[in-house]
Amino acid sequence: MKLLALAARRLAASLPALLLILIGLFLLLQLAPGDTVDALMAQMGGGDAAIAADLRRFYGLDLSVTARLGAYLWRLVTLDLGFSAIYGKPVASVILERLPATLLLMMSALFFAFSFGMALGVVAARRVNQWPDTLISTLGLIFYATPSFWFGLMAIVVFSVYLQWLPAGGFGDVAMGYTGWAAIWDTATYLVLPVLTLALIFLAIALRIMRASMLEVQGMDFVRTARAKGLSETRIVARHVLRNALLPMVTLIGLQAGTMLGGSVVVESVFTLPGLGRLAYESVVQRDLNTLLGIVFVSALLVIAVNFVVDLLYARLDPRIAG
Amino acid sequence: MRALRAFLHNPVAVAGAVLLGAVVLMALVAPLVFPGDPLGLAGRPLQWPGANPRFWLGTDPSGRDIAAQLFHGARISLLIGGTATVIAVVIGIVFGALAGFYGGVVDTVLMRVTEAFQTLPNFLLLLVLVAVFGSDLMTVVIAIGVVAWPPVARLTRAEFLTLRERDYVAAGRMQGLSDAHLIFREVLPNALPPVIVYASVVMAVAILLESALAFLQLSDPNVPSWGNLIGLGRTVLRSEWYVSAIPGVAILLAILGVSLVGQGLNDALNPRLASR
Repeated sequence: MKLLALAARRLAASLPALLLILIGLFLLLQLAPGDTVDALMAQMGGGDAAIAADLRRFYGLDLSVTARLGAYLWRLVTLDLGFSAIYGKPVASVILERLPATLLLMMSALFFAFSFGMALGVVAARRVNQWPDTLISTLGLIFYATPSFWFGLMAIVVFSVYLQWLPAGGFGDVAMGYTGWAAIWDTATYLVLPVLTLALIFLAIALRIMRASMLEVQGMDFVRTARAKGLSETRIVARHVLRNALLPMVTLIGLQAGTMLGGSVVVESVFTLPGLGRLAYESVVQRDLNTLLGIVFVSALLVIAVNFVVDLLYARLDPRIAG
Repeated sequence: MRALRAFLHNPVAVAGAVLLGAVVLMALVAPLVFPGDPLGLAGRPLQWPGANPRFWLGTDPSGRDIAAQLFHGARISLLIGGTATVIAVVIGIVFGALAGFYGGVVDTVLMRVTEAFQTLPNFLLLLVLVAVFGSDLMTVVIAIGVVAWPPVARLTRAEFLTLRERDYVAAGRMQGLSDAHLIFREVLPNALPPVIVYASVVMAVAILLESALAFLQLSDPNVPSWGNLIGLGRTVLRSEWYVSAIPGVAILLAILGVSLVGQGLNDALNPRLASR
């Protein structure tokens, strides 16, 4: 119960930040040249000023900035994200269509980066300053320095163009009409390269943090006690060191959730995945500011949700926090 | 002096300095080695590296010299990385110093703003800023600085929170020194070393953000940026993959240099951790 109260308190504390974001972005978009109606008119191939004025009245764009801000915030409370003139449907449904691909991509990349980062970090820390450590640390540095979009392109050249093992882009072969396991396998083949690409930099960060954190914990008194009790080295690492060394890793997820969403913009563009990130890119190019604002709102909610889960995990790993 | 010696005895730091030095050298000699406009037509498009001795790294789909764009691109990357880092560090230090020094309401308000920026994905905010203010070089640099400052603010605040309780600050207050003098002349110099180390991370992030933006063709198209070239090469990726591959290696080495120098600085300034 204490745990839930703590998490609820954290969640409430993120509300002011969310409100600040929304007000800030709304005011920022007032500075943008051209509004939804301009975009709409351009798409229709132009039109006279009377139609534009009518449309502005229809979308409520003729009101004062404060009145529109109030109306905007009130609509958000009711989860109404407005209407996308470009896609011809409510922004909420455009975003909902694109959300699953991004969530799948992010979760898989997170899982991959976290588990491999942990394993590599543990191996490096156990063999500190020997060749496995040097190799892993060097790899980590190189992964950290690799621009994800470039890695994605090179992976396409190697695995799709030359070896022809994996598809170069898209998200599942709809025309083949797969069902069941075949459909899952098909989607998985489309996800391998994007997940690797997105995960690369987080893998590098995770393994570096895991290594440092293992080294830190290994020198502590309770580890010496465990060793003095005669526990095997494997048991010491698995039961005593790992649990404590995991705390910074969990913090990392919370800190990097936003970065990962940002990274998905680039990765989804490279692999033409129909996700939220690609939608953000398209709405910038098409000046669909309603949709862009909606995506930013949903992303902020996602980041807050991830941090909420991280808080729960954290309290689970370290009971002192909830107490 | 001791820090400098420690830095020079660290192979990691020296490797980083060599890489970064090479990029700086490329930027410096670019106008001498390739005097013409790097974005001007140079020869037949899509010549493979080595095929024509005039273009030892080949030409891109528009017939421009890749080597020339690479050298001039080093200037752009350093310019963007350096300026955006300065902007981010200055904003971060001002926010962190005020929040940490005064505490209370000032701290709460400034940290809420910092949290707001941290809740927003960096790259998405960058997209919004570019969509609103356009994408010429100066706007992109400022936008990158504006999205990259929150970690600097948090770091500075944490340093100030411990330093403001020190005796020398109390002594300064007794002498009637102004708050501005205390913050910038007394506390800040002591809070600076970890911030300087972190600046290397900010610079790496800034270079990566710009190249990603340029790759999506959302950055300034009129400058020879490495990211731009990778984006152009994408159209011919299946056959002439070298157009994208070459500038990517340049970005990788530049970021590697910056991070290694940062790590070396960290080891030199925090000798306690150097053994790790």
